[in-house]
Amino acid sequence: MKDFTNNPLDGKYGKYGGRFVPETLMSAILELEKAYSRLKNKPDFKEELEYYLSDYAGRPTPLYFAKNLTEKVGGAKIYLKREDLLHGGAHKINNTMGQALMAKKMNKTRVIAETGAGQHGVATAMACAVLGLKAEIYMGEEDIERQKLNVFRMNLLNAKVHPVESGSMTLKDSINEALRDWVTNIQNTYYLIGSVVGPHPYPMMVRDFQSVIGREIKAQIMKKENRLPDSLVACVGGGSNAIGTFYPFLNDPSVKLYGVEAAGHGIESGKHAASLCAGYEGVLHGMLTYFLQDEYGQIYTTHSISAGLDYPGVGPEHSFLKAKRRAEYKSVTDDKAVEAFIELSKTEGIVPALEPSHSLAFAIELAGTMKKDDLIVLTLSGRGDKDVQVVADYLKVKV
Amino acid sequence: MSIEKSFKRLKKEGNGALISYIMGGDPQPELTPRIAGALVEGGTDILELGIPFSDPIADGPTIQEANQRALSSGTTPLKVLELATHIKDDHDIPLIILTYYNPIFRIGVKKFFDMAKKSKVDGVIVPDLPVEEAQDYKLIADTYGLDTIFLASPSTTIDRLEKIIRYTSGFLYLVSIFGVTGAREKLQQSTIYIVKKLLPYTAGKVPLAVGFGISQPYHIKSIIEAGADGAIVGSAFVEMIKRSRYDVNTILNRIRRYTSELKRATILNRK
Repeated sequence: MKDFTNNPLDGKYGKYGGRFVPETLMSAILELEKAYSRLKNKPDFKEELEYYLSDYAGRPTPLYFAKNLTEKVGGAKIYLKREDLLHGGAHKINNTMGQALMAKKMNKTRVIAETGAGQHGVATAMACAVLGLKAEIYMGEEDIERQKLNVFRMNLLNAKVHPVESGSMTLKDSINEALRDWVTNIQNTYYLIGSVVGPHPYPMMVRDFQSVIGREIKAQIMKKENRLPDSLVACVGGGSNAIGTFYPFLNDPSVKLYGVEAAGHGIESGKHAASLCAGYEGVLHGMLTYFLQDEYGQIYTTHSISAGLDYPGVGPEHSFLKAKRRAEYKSVTDDKAVEAFIELSKTEGIVPALEPSHSLAFAIELAGTMKKDDLIVLTLSGRGDKDVQVVADYLKVKV
Repeated sequence: MSIEKSFKRLKKEGNGALISYIMGGDPQPELTPRIAGALVEGGTDILELGIPFSDPIADGPTIQEANQRALSSGTTPLKVLELATHIKDDHDIPLIILTYYNPIFRIGVKKFFDMAKKSKVDGVIVPDLPVEEAQDYKLIADTYGLDTIFLASPSTTIDRLEKIIRYTSGFLYLVSIFGVTGAREKLQQSTIYIVKKLLPYTAGKVPLAVGFGISQPYHIKSIIEAGADGAIVGSAFVEMIKRSRYDVNTILNRIRRYTSELKRATILNRK
């Protein structure tokens, strides 16, 4: 049997990943790597993390059989992994809790993070508040304008929000700015990155923290159906909830893995965020992976109705899984995602975030092609409260 | 002239090198050879020419904006290499390309070095390519006979420093501070300390040049007096160039004058 799991010392997943960072950051990254390999298997670290994930964040999350949706589609049984029920309303807290604990153990007094729409910023602010750490969040001016509520929420949670005015003033520029801050303040600062991206060890570490999703799915589906699912479906921006879902199943060849990217206005329009489906290999933010870029390596600005998928790159382990054909990557447009958003709200009384609305649209399509006793698990990575206004605007409804 | 020869000549005279950085195509490709001309006439010993990139993570606001201006004026890596040839044809000066790794990676490392060689480029600096990721890059650069300038920082350990020196030719680029590029008023005392700490390791192997935050003649004087072989100035020039769209000749004169002030600071005649 092939082994698709990787715990690389040099951060390489096949040729992907690595640590392409300025020399000044090398020491910080090596320090982090050392701290992580020391802490990850330490019983007291694991216990403390488990305590916060259960008592504070609300784990385990249910695996819910979406009976109404299944009946309506008339194909495979669709299960939803309810990460939307977590504290903060998304899977983000799995990672921020883990990394904030790391920061604390490493005696870093200051935590910085980037955020797009603000979800990772909020999750970082929460984890830092509960652990008594100081959080500073980089957020693009454009995003601040669009997400004023999340900015206020971060302030409530005692985090400071730094507006990013450079480049396209969106998520990738916030990462650039956080890296610039880190280079300047590496001695006392922990950079809490929000997805399975960045230089090694981030993609591996964030994957490990998010793998709790897949581990729970495995145990829960065995209990409910006494067998493994046939397909796992998750949305992919940077790809953290997807890799967290897939990872515990990588060596179960019967389980098909589908990652769903944002096709925005359509791949052919050029206005999308589907780096695996339509990008090229490149190097940015410390990693070799797929990026949306021109023939000279200039990175494109992306478009998606869902801010959480609006990133021009993707975690390197996804590039590896694509190369090995262990996972398949699809894309879904804004239109289809909004349809699925409405569908789940109506049939199941669950308003999903726009990010997993993409994977939901694909899952519905996939279920229709499968047999009635086949099983699909979709990771519902977040709830849709944050997106209600966006969807109303999209539908031209005045709220 | 090669980078090595340039340092040898300066060492013989007992002086340091003034290494000047500008962004290719900032604000317009047509202006780059003229700006380079002013830098050379002012006394620049080695010229660094940047390829603009959409996401310059090691740069402060001044050079970030230069990246944007150059990209907006349609500057591609190929255009910068053309400009390099133009400058090399006009002046007998070592020329180094500075770029983030992605443009090289996307073009193809081999193809890039092939083009760089044909464009008469002497060396390449890639601030986001650490030695751990540079094996093939180094082999290919050696094949084409181009110098590979790697960077060391205040946080580089001695173990890594030795590896970095093995990968380096031309000169070792010491990032003098924790932070991004950009002119700073004061020279940090720690910079002098780090220069002195590194010198025993670079001596006899590769010249040591210091960059990031260097903008004033007295910064340069202190660095060269501490024993460094060269000082690198970037943002201070870029800041002047920013205004070049208003009155090119005035700016060129200012650049020429400022360069000669900076150059004077490298002259110790310490033989």
